[in-house]
Amino acid sequence: MMTPGMVLGAAFGYLLLLFTIAWYGDRRAAQGRSVIDNATLYALSWGVYCTAWTYFGSVGRAASGGMWFLPIYLGPMLAMLLAWMVVRKMVRIARTYRITSIADFIASRYGKSPLLAALVTLITVVGIVPYIALQLKAVSAGYQVLTGPSAAPVTAWWKDGTLYVALALAAFAVAFGTRHLDLAERHEGMVAAIAFESAVKLVAFIAVGAFVTWGLFDGMDDIWARTEAIPELRTLLRLDQSAASFDYAQWFALTILSMLSVLLLPRQFQVMVVECVNERHIRRAAWLFPLYLLLINIFVLPIAFGGLLHFGPGQENPETFILSLPLASGAHWLALFAYIGGFSAVTGMLIVETVAVSTMVCNDFVMPSLLRLGRFGSREGGDLTRLLLNIRRTAILAVLMLGYFYFRVAGEAYALVSIGLISFAAVAQFAPALLGGMYWRGGTRAGAYGGLIGGFAVWAYTLMLPSVAKSGWIPAGFIDDGPFGLTLLAPERLFGLAQLDYLTHSLFWSLLANVSLYVGLSLARSPSAREASQALLFVDVFRRGGTEPVFWRGRARLDDLRALAGRFLGPVRAQALFDEHAREVGVPVPDLVADARLVDRVERQIAGAVGTASARVMIESVAQEEPLSIDDVLEILDEASQLRGYARALEEATGELRAANEQLKSLDHLKDDFMSSVTHELRTPLTSIRALSELMLDDPEMEAAQRQEFLGIIVSESERLSRLVNQVLDLAKIESGHAEWHNADVDLRALVTDAVRATSELFREGDVSVALDLPEAVPLLRADPDRLTQVMLNLLSNAAKFVPRAGGRVAVTLRDEGESLAVSVRDNGPGVPLAEQATVFEKFRQGGDALTRPPGTGLGLPISRQIVDHFGGTMWLESEPGKGACFAFRLPLRPDGKAGGNDNGHESADR
Amino acid sequence: MRGERRPRPQVLVALCAAGLALLNFPLLAIWDQPATVFGLPLLPVALFTIWAGLILALALVSEGDAAERGAPGDGTDAPDGQEDDRP
Repeated sequence: MMTPGMVLGAAFGYLLLLFTIAWYGDRRAAQGRSVIDNATLYALSWGVYCTAWTYFGSVGRAASGGMWFLPIYLGPMLAMLLAWMVVRKMVRIARTYRITSIADFIASRYGKSPLLAALVTLITVVGIVPYIALQLKAVSAGYQVLTGPSAAPVTAWWKDGTLYVALALAAFAVAFGTRHLDLAERHEGMVAAIAFESAVKLVAFIAVGAFVTWGLFDGMDDIWARTEAIPELRTLLRLDQSAASFDYAQWFALTILSMLSVLLLPRQFQVMVVECVNERHIRRAAWLFPLYLLLINIFVLPIAFGGLLHFGPGQENPETFILSLPLASGAHWLALFAYIGGFSAVTGMLIVETVAVSTMVCNDFVMPSLLRLGRFGSREGGDLTRLLLNIRRTAILAVLMLGYFYFRVAGEAYALVSIGLISFAAVAQFAPALLGGMYWRGGTRAGAYGGLIGGFAVWAYTLMLPSVAKSGWIPAGFIDDGPFGLTLLAPERLFGLAQLDYLTHSLFWSLLANVSLYVGLSLARSPSAREASQALLFVDVFRRGGTEPVFWRGRARLDDLRALAGRFLGPVRAQALFDEHAREVGVPVPDLVADARLVDRVERQIAGAVGTASARVMIESVAQEEPLSIDDVLEILDEASQLRGYARALEEATGELRAANEQLKSLDHLKDDFMSSVTHELRTPLTSIRALSELMLDDPEMEAAQRQEFLGIIVSESERLSRLVNQVLDLAKIESGHAEWHNADVDLRALVTDAVRATSELFREGDVSVALDLPEAVPLLRADPDRLTQVMLNLLSNAAKFVPRAGGRVAVTLRDEGESLAVSVRDNGPGVPLAEQATVFEKFRQGGDALTRPPGTGLGLPISRQIVDHFGGTMWLESEPGKGACFAFRLPLRPDGKAGGNDNGHESADR
Repeated sequence: MRGERRPRPQVLVALCAAGLALLNFPLLAIWDQPATVFGLPLLPVALFTIWAGLILALALVSEGDAAERGAPGDGTDAPDGQEDDRP
């Protein structure tokens, strides 16, 4: 046995070491050289999950139930598999909106509701106090084991060492958890100390495990071989123990419960989310943390069985095997080290938990009440940061004392593990509102209220109340018979559901009520604008790249905002805040406009200090706000996405403009070409007319025959001129859409025949044979017959021009293609060279070279094509150089191309 | 930004589902045999092995995979992440 002085001295010496580490961590943070900015220390700080419950309770559980200590650690393993998604999203949301506690997180998600924050805080405090009591109980029990039963039982509370431990821890939490109001509410010194504590408890546990396994026994197989020899122990490591079959439901429930707890316990939220330095660390911490859990659990079974073998079953409390085994073997220093390990598990949990809970109590209980009392409303007031810190300090002390009180009153009633599980089940009630809120936009405040209240009520009735009853505070008959003898309402067998153990039973009913109410009420009523906007901000937190929408409309005065920020952040930080904003906006601070973005910024910073709900109230008190409707929310969201869209649209528009400009340029160029071509074509006949006229003017005695010839040329050149001008006008009219069209029902067969007859003189002159290939009859076509005649004449005269003088042949065919009529004019002339085929329909692009080609304006084909286009048809050229050319066009019977009329029954069937 | 895509969410969800299945009924019952491995009872050995396997898989998915697969477009992000993570 060890003297109390030694044990207490070691414990307080260890606390001093913690103070030193935390002080160093804070100093380094102040210098900007963070010690905790690495993934391994981050993962170690997550080890705060392992409390006295792990350290002492696991062995106890293993000694009585075999594998049942394990699900509590397998759950976190499964949760960590998803940490990179879930925890990172929580960190991103908390970081972006300055969220510093789980109550804040939930309240902020559902429209910054102060009442919801208070509710979450209430559940947390009620759920966590027994857990804190459990830790104090462990310290006390360990102390008694070390100092031996000879120590007189403590009767007077002022002689109880546990009280002083609690007070010392409160001092630590106050010193490093509330030293200053930090921008991000991070406590680097505290986290450094926690990481160190995690390392200490791991090393201590493994040291004892190794001592038992290889010091007291001959390895793990030796322990097991001896255990198997004892009949009452041999079945311990089987699922089906003795009579009862394995309770898979409870196993599953414990896995899920711990999976949720590792994310939702206030201390886990604190170290994982609030204290996260860099969200990239999550990637490594996610597998280092389960590895930590694995290592700390490896020796649980050897110590448990080693203790049972050493002392004999039922002789010694298994929960303190880790102390009593070394002690009984004379390894006093190892026992003391093991005690320090357990002490570190206790202190780590207590420090982080109380800091986390005190933040909630201060921000979500005390501050809203003070604000409601109007003490700090719109009235002028001084710097409130000191008051805030003092509230938190008081809250830390109060929470610890509450735990101590619970421990003194009810701590003896239950085993460690049972108390811990009650707390786990309490925080699991946050899961639907918190996780649902992160991934489901439809969750509303009413749903969150309903779920939390319903779940909490069922938890209290089915788990908390029976535990109180078992402590003997209310008649235990109530558990079995139900209230007023209503067995249907028996707390551990609700509605007669007796197949589940009490924990699974409570978890099932409470989560069922919770989820049903959350989903049901969320679906029943549509959310308010503020809820909807917060839902968007939370669910889509990864989608916004820098341009997040600010859901706020109203007016505020810059001076009010500055005064407000000064009171909650302190003058220095407030000044820094406005300086930074001014720098970003690019105007000096006095000229800043109190726009939505600045108001939002101030609100967020204040939220970091007093919580989102209180910050909302404070901003409301100094600004004239316009209530937002759902439409406003959508509009603001629209604007934000538009801003992002604008950049893209601008780029696209620039591209389009550039393309349009190019097109305009080329059109302009074409126009110039056209003008020069036209003037060129006009000049040639003009020149010859003028030359001949001048000749006749100069020579009055010109012979009559000569004069006659000249006059003939002049007349024909003038005709050519007017034809050209007419064609240019014609083309311009068609292109601009001003041409007149006199549509009628056209018989294309007759029209083609007439056109060939009209040009027969032309062909006869050149000794050209024309072959007609026409069907008996074709359907009537709706078109302008004069224009079509113009097209036919143009094609026929073109053919006449290019066929050879002797032996020229032209074939004209008309085909009924069902939905359209096709006309082709084929000649056996030289054909069109490949290079010119593409341009032959362009203006003034006459075939052949200028010297040998027959006369023409070069406008005939372009006009023809325009006409055919006008009637919805196409005109094209088929030609192989040297084998003649074939100009053809096709006109649809119904220009809009729609089939289904009954006037032409042969459209598709014939094809 | 692209660096944050790793490890891929689908892989993580699949691992989590696998873990949930491996550590619960009925697969758990497979290990409930009176046999021993190196003199140790089968059930705890199996559970700890599955547990270690999941950790290993998560570590591989988070670290090794990220470094190797960081080729297209991730070049800038991957080295950063690695350096930051170093203790």
